[in-house]
Amino acid sequence: MGKQYWKDYQKQIADDDYFYERSCIRQTFFPGSETAFLKMMREVLGKNIVDDTNLHTCTGIGFYSGVVQLDTTMTIVARLFALMTDSGLKNFVPSCVTSFGLINEVVDIWKHFPEELDKARRFLKEATGREFEIPENVAHPSDIIYKNRKALKEKMKYQLVNKKTGKPLQVVEHIGCHYSKIFPDHVVGSAEFPQVLAGMIDEWGGKVIDYPERRHCCGFGFRQYLVMANRGYSIANSKKKFESMQAYEPDFIVSNCPGCSMFMDKWQYTIAEMEDITYDKNKQGIPVLTYEEMAGMLLGYNPWELGFQLHQIQVEPLLDKIGIAYNAEEKYIGKSGMMLKTPEKPLNIIS
Amino acid sequence: MENRKVIIIGGGPAGIEAAYNLALNNCSVTVLEKEAHIGGNINNIVKLFPSFVSADEIHENFSQKSQHENIKLYTNTDITQLFFENDLWHAKDASGETYTADALLLSTGFKTFDARFKEELGYGIYSGVITSVELEAMFKEGKITTPEGKIPQRIAFLNCVGSRDEKVGNHYCSRVCCINAVKQSISIKELLPDTEVFCFYMDIRMAGQFYEELYRKSQEKHNVNYIRGRISEAAATIDNRVQIKCEDTLNQLPMKMTVDLLVLMVGTEASDGTTNLGEQVGVKGEYGFAKSLNLHGADNLTIKKGLFLAGSCKRPLTLPETMADSRAAAFEILNYLNQN
Repeated sequence: MGKQYWKDYQKQIADDDYFYERSCIRQTFFPGSETAFLKMMREVLGKNIVDDTNLHTCTGIGFYSGVVQLDTTMTIVARLFALMTDSGLKNFVPSCVTSFGLINEVVDIWKHFPEELDKARRFLKEATGREFEIPENVAHPSDIIYKNRKALKEKMKYQLVNKKTGKPLQVVEHIGCHYSKIFPDHVVGSAEFPQVLAGMIDEWGGKVIDYPERRHCCGFGFRQYLVMANRGYSIANSKKKFESMQAYEPDFIVSNCPGCSMFMDKWQYTIAEMEDITYDKNKQGIPVLTYEEMAGMLLGYNPWELGFQLHQIQVEPLLDKIGIAYNAEEKYIGKSGMMLKTPEKPLNIIS
Repeated sequence: MENRKVIIIGGGPAGIEAAYNLALNNCSVTVLEKEAHIGGNINNIVKLFPSFVSADEIHENFSQKSQHENIKLYTNTDITQLFFENDLWHAKDASGETYTADALLLSTGFKTFDARFKEELGYGIYSGVITSVELEAMFKEGKITTPEGKIPQRIAFLNCVGSRDEKVGNHYCSRVCCINAVKQSISIKELLPDTEVFCFYMDIRMAGQFYEELYRKSQEKHNVNYIRGRISEAAATIDNRVQIKCEDTLNQLPMKMTVDLLVLMVGTEASDGTTNLGEQVGVKGEYGFAKSLNLHGADNLTIKKGLFLAGSCKRPLTLPETMADSRAAAFEILNYLNQN
């Protein structure tokens, strides 16, 4: 056992032949991330990954908010597994961290309470006529990118290095609770110090910031943000993290949770509106990336195809630091070729 | 009974005290110690609670006892195999050397909990997080400093690290950490009167004689602050101090504090020797400690003929308890040798 033994813990991550479960909210908030992941998997790593158009919710947000019952959740998860089974695959890859937590939780329930598995099989059969197999391997896409971080690096055009100074970029990594805290043994690293994002950052030339509130919740907690009266708790948590990381002058934040990424991005704008403060020197906020966006950016994917223009905190200052070329005029041209609406405060979130 | 032989595995306080009492009664005693020196965990201590007597004095006493003419002491001797054959106990060391005797006493003691398993406390990650054993080493040097070599302005102790903790599988109380934290707090205040000292606890267990008085003295005379709450997380600040979070359960408020040193009061666990040898001879009990025949009536005996136990290989014990237990073990061994 080394000094930091948790760094050495490696979970089982399947090598190939994945069934991809898309996320409900990620396609809205970070619409380029999943597409970028599939592109990396197929075109860069040469992996077989099925993106099924019959996918549906896992019920995660509803289940963890207490509005969807367990029986319903298990049956819906069973249907997702049935889609995987139909495709002839055994390795399940849920895009969303909440889905990852839920899938693992349902599988664990079935392991300990086989009668619940029988019930889910019966319900699914009665409702849809389908049958299913339990996945042999459940891995989050961030696990797969972590596992292939060296292979991806070989194809990358850029590194997490400041082009002017030659120094590593200072990166805040934030892990979703449902990735590491429900089943710590399903994590690369550990519950307290997961290595899944830190390993990518280290490999790709950046430096992970270990700030005091690194392990504090982002504030996304479903019962906080879903209940209007509780949203103060949500933003207070994010604010605590921003204040703690500020002294380290992070170049950007990266997360593997859709909720964390969204709230840490959007709450910066809200705090700027409420208190007239930002947590960077230039009043532009700290860019927040998904791990697929981070990888895609370094692979040289078009920033606008990655969906950077839909972030609240604009990413151009980060692209400039790394030296990534982009066409500013194409920023708000949508996939259809029509111009998207432009934000009122595109760059500086404080006037 | 003259020249009856006894093997003692472990040359810590329990082993030496038993060896000496057996030697006084004309037994031929072989003490097998895996380390280079006798004394066991006493070697890591400067002063003993609650009297603040020098550990060196105690060690010197053990050293003299170990030189009794009826005692043969073998250091650097790691026993890997125990077996009972032809009515005799045999102990084989790593080099293949075998020692034989009529009776065998297991006094293999304890080890301290590996604080890295409580990863939320950042031991092994943040240099300002140390264990009570490492603090004691600083006392030996006579110098308490931060990792940067500065005088600490604020020090926090956390009790029950690896004890009474379901998460790490140790449900039991280690019994000595509370009073040890009181002792170490006072020692810090005597060396560094201006340093603030906080002790975080879930219960303060002052069951020994003069413990409560020492606990009171630490507050009244030395201004040590006691906060009822478990530290949930430790992290480094930008200036390499340690930020800690906990809930003050008496005030019912969450609190956050930055300290220069966080001292983890690591609990006691069965030593590897205790667990391995105990398992080999069929006396391994709960948590890897050795199991006696009967806690109330035959606490030094085991289910195995001629195999005896002494000291903290059975459970966490204080030094006086260990020594009394060892004398009792010696008495039981003498009874056994008389009857056989």
